[in-house]
Amino acid sequence: MSLDPRSHLHLLESESIFVMREVAAQFERPILLFSGGKDSILMVHLAAKAFAPAKIPFLLVHIDTGHNFPETLEYRDWLVAKHGAQLHVGSVQASIDAGRSTEEPGPYPSRNRLQTVTLLDTVAELKADAALGGGRRDEEKARAKERFFSHRDRFGQWDPKNQRPELWNLFNGRKNPGEHFRVFPLSNWTEMDVWQYIAAEDVPMPSLYFSHRREVVLRDGTLLAKSPHNGLLDGEEWEEMTIRFRTIGDATCTGATLSTASTLEEIIAEVAASRVTERGGRHDDKHSEAAMEDRKKQGYF
Amino acid sequence: MDLLRFSTAGSVDDGKSTLIGRLLYDTKSIFEDQLEAVEDASRRRGEGYVNLALLTDGLRAEREQNITIDVAYRYFATPKRKFIIADTPGHIQYTRNMVTGASTAELAIILIDARNGVLTQSKRHGFISSLLGIPHILVAINKMDLVDWSEEVYDRISAEYTSFAEKLGVDDMTFIPISALKGDNVVDKSANMPWYDGSTLLHYLEHVNVGAHRNLVDFRFPVQYVLRPHQDYRGYAGRVASGSVRPGEEIVVLPSGRRSRIASVDTADGSVAEASAGDSVALTLEDELDISRGDMIVRPLNLPSVGQELDATICWTSEEPMKPGTQYWVRQTTREVRGFISKVVYRIDVDTLHREEVEAFELNDIGRVHLTAAKPLFFDRYQLNRETGSFILIDPHTNATVAVGMIRGNVRHEVDLRGDGEERQTSPDVVWEGWNIALAEREERNGHKAAVLWFTGLPGSGKSTIARAVESRLFGSGGQTMLLDGDQVRHGLNGDLGFSDQDREENIRRVGEVAALFYRQGCVVLCTFVSPFRQDRDRARALVQEGRFVEVFVDTPLEECERRDPKGLYARARKGEIAHMTGISSPYEEPARPEIRVQTVGRAVDTIVEEIVEALRARGILPAGD
Ligand SMILES: Nc1nc2c(ncn2[C@@H]2O[C@H](COP(=O)(O)OP(=O)(O)O)[C@@H](O)[C@H]2O)c(=O)[nH]1
Repeated sequence: MSLDPRSHLHLLESESIFVMREVAAQFERPILLFSGGKDSILMVHLAAKAFAPAKIPFLLVHIDTGHNFPETLEYRDWLVAKHGAQLHVGSVQASIDAGRSTEEPGPYPSRNRLQTVTLLDTVAELKADAALGGGRRDEEKARAKERFFSHRDRFGQWDPKNQRPELWNLFNGRKNPGEHFRVFPLSNWTEMDVWQYIAAEDVPMPSLYFSHRREVVLRDGTLLAKSPHNGLLDGEEWEEMTIRFRTIGDATCTGATLSTASTLEEIIAEVAASRVTERGGRHDDKHSEAAMEDRKKQGYF
Repeated sequence: MDLLRFSTAGSVDDGKSTLIGRLLYDTKSIFEDQLEAVEDASRRRGEGYVNLALLTDGLRAEREQNITIDVAYRYFATPKRKFIIADTPGHIQYTRNMVTGASTAELAIILIDARNGVLTQSKRHGFISSLLGIPHILVAINKMDLVDWSEEVYDRISAEYTSFAEKLGVDDMTFIPISALKGDNVVDKSANMPWYDGSTLLHYLEHVNVGAHRNLVDFRFPVQYVLRPHQDYRGYAGRVASGSVRPGEEIVVLPSGRRSRIASVDTADGSVAEASAGDSVALTLEDELDISRGDMIVRPLNLPSVGQELDATICWTSEEPMKPGTQYWVRQTTREVRGFISKVVYRIDVDTLHREEVEAFELNDIGRVHLTAAKPLFFDRYQLNRETGSFILIDPHTNATVAVGMIRGNVRHEVDLRGDGEERQTSPDVVWEGWNIALAEREERNGHKAAVLWFTGLPGSGKSTIARAVESRLFGSGGQTMLLDGDQVRHGLNGDLGFSDQDREENIRRVGEVAALFYRQGCVVLCTFVSPFRQDRDRARALVQEGRFVEVFVDTPLEECERRDPKGLYARARKGEIAHMTGISSPYEEPARPEIRVQTVGRAVDTIVEEIVEALRARGILPAGD
């Protein structure tokens, strides 16, 4: 399917492809971070388009918390096979076993935060000089000032006060040994754009995004799904509801939304009417107003 | 749904954050949880109302200092359009941020606090917007509620700003009186200002013409990456910087100069019939050429300028001051070469627009420099092509982007327009020997004087028709003549030039030189060129003896030229297909005192020819009574 050349989706696609090609041209060992969520699925789709008929020149890297929905892993392996891509899995469990990170206290801990250590270790192990991520500026306030090419020092840290000016289409990816870049080709997309594009291009999506029946529990305003990594606390009970996921991440903290949207069109209608951000369903963002910014400084996605 | 990128700039407290918050809020681009967070924050700060400004300020450091310090990007959409806002701080120490935000914007909103009127800062924002080539400027006169919704205040500020902006050469400027806080004229029409009958701010944003900054004529394709999946496929990946491309078209690759044809224009969804400015595609060629990143694919008859010594306006973006003579990396399109600042011409005081002499630039300084590159760059003037006219400088040690620049052209050694033409730019090592046979002897033999008849006028004014008829008439009666016209020289001598202002200038310079040679040979040389710029024509005039340069102004009104439209150019220009069409989107400077002025409307060519011949006799160029 090809898009109307004047449409915003065409412009966004073209821009993202441009950025990905810049990465392939400017870096020696670029990786593409694949979380299994819709943004990283879109990234793989765009990367395939950017380099066709050649293969995607980025190693796909999944930072695996070990807390996955089985559908995510199935979809991941299918996608990797479909594109003939290479996959590397960085395991949070392995970081914990090696004493590099410590599981958070409490029952059914989230491992979202622990991804940072594993990610940085993986970047170092692979000697990656650029890591492509699916971050969007509309997701969260601290991201609004993020560059397409975001420089990270030798400790993987981001310095929001010392970013390189980014003008026109001129991306400066020069760096010293040991430093790397995070690159965000989807910077200018909104959640709505992503869904509209997925619908227009007919990108196959994992079933988790569509409405289905599932056992969940309501905790601190978040609907958590039943899984081996999620159990009940005192006084809680599983309840079967009709839900879908707006984002997919660590199963212990990704909240579901009550929804009957079972087609892309219905999802778009729902997103258009929605009055809560997609991260509103993420348990871990609520900790503090500046939570995201703090995590990013330390090297979070 | 299409896309509009705009920037916003305002002084602290003009209400910029409130306006953006209002736009996001009223277009329902704010989610409940975001709103809740802002309500919480407002309450914690002891504010009695929901501070919409808090929606848009990002980083913690800024929140603590109560100011916005970097460019922040915001998104919202209406059913008509998607919008990307580059929200930039307005203070002088953030000039580089304003420049950044403006670099991709098609429209700038400049906020003015109605109580304060036009401040230095508002002028600075206008200057930067025009410098970065933003085609539309929207001046939002805010806080009208605090000046009793006064039409008089609005008129005064609009008039004052208009007179300032005339100096900047901004094409399209609109004024809207608003109250960001109360919402008047932002999304809904204000009941408080019945005297204002223009559109609301959002309505304007939804309807302003997008894409005006794009150059749709000059095809430029900087090669970004080479796709080589197997022996049988070699695709040059990149984004069309300007113009468009189709299979079958002849191309030339720079810098090698090798020619070929486009075999296909490929996307992942298959080959397409055409790609135009902004499209990411891969081109395949009919011949196997050695092409790599940093090369540029263009058309043989529409080449960019080429040069190593560039005249540019730059903004210094680094805390480290400029060190003239130090090497930097120059990134322009996908090309990267070494270069250095060879001369600081002047710095512009962005508040007064005065030029100042300085040794070097510091953070946020804007001014004009000469940049010397180690290898040639292929470019167009920034004002004609943002994509090929922009560059950045990178410090090779820190890797920081230390400056951003806009190319004005190749460095030119000044031409002395007053002299008799002998003081011109010359090639080194050429010693002037004087002509072998004196012009007077040639004229003696020809029976008439040598002269250059320079026909100027709008496209379609009738220059060529008239000049051809005049030449036939002179040649028929035994004269020595030569006719030079635009199309003909562009096929050969000037085949390497495009239609940028700069290339047009060079085109005319060369034609002037060639005309001068034929003149020396004793000819009556007839030149037919639109030659819109007075200065270029004067330069050609300076190359021949006084009294022998006859400027013939073919004075046909624009409406008539457009009605005739012999090559269909006006129609295309009106459709926006030709970016710099003289008379439509590019100026034509009428001759102030042409030797001959001819009117064409309703007149026969023969009559006009007789009129010109008569004038030449009167000037002693043709013998009397011929
Ligand atoms: N009365 C009135 N106050 C306004 C208006 N717009 C903004 N303000 C107030 O002006 C102050 C500065 O606004 P803010 O948006 O933070 O300005 P910024 O520094 O340009 O982002 C705040 O107290 C706003 O409430 C307006 O249209 N009318």
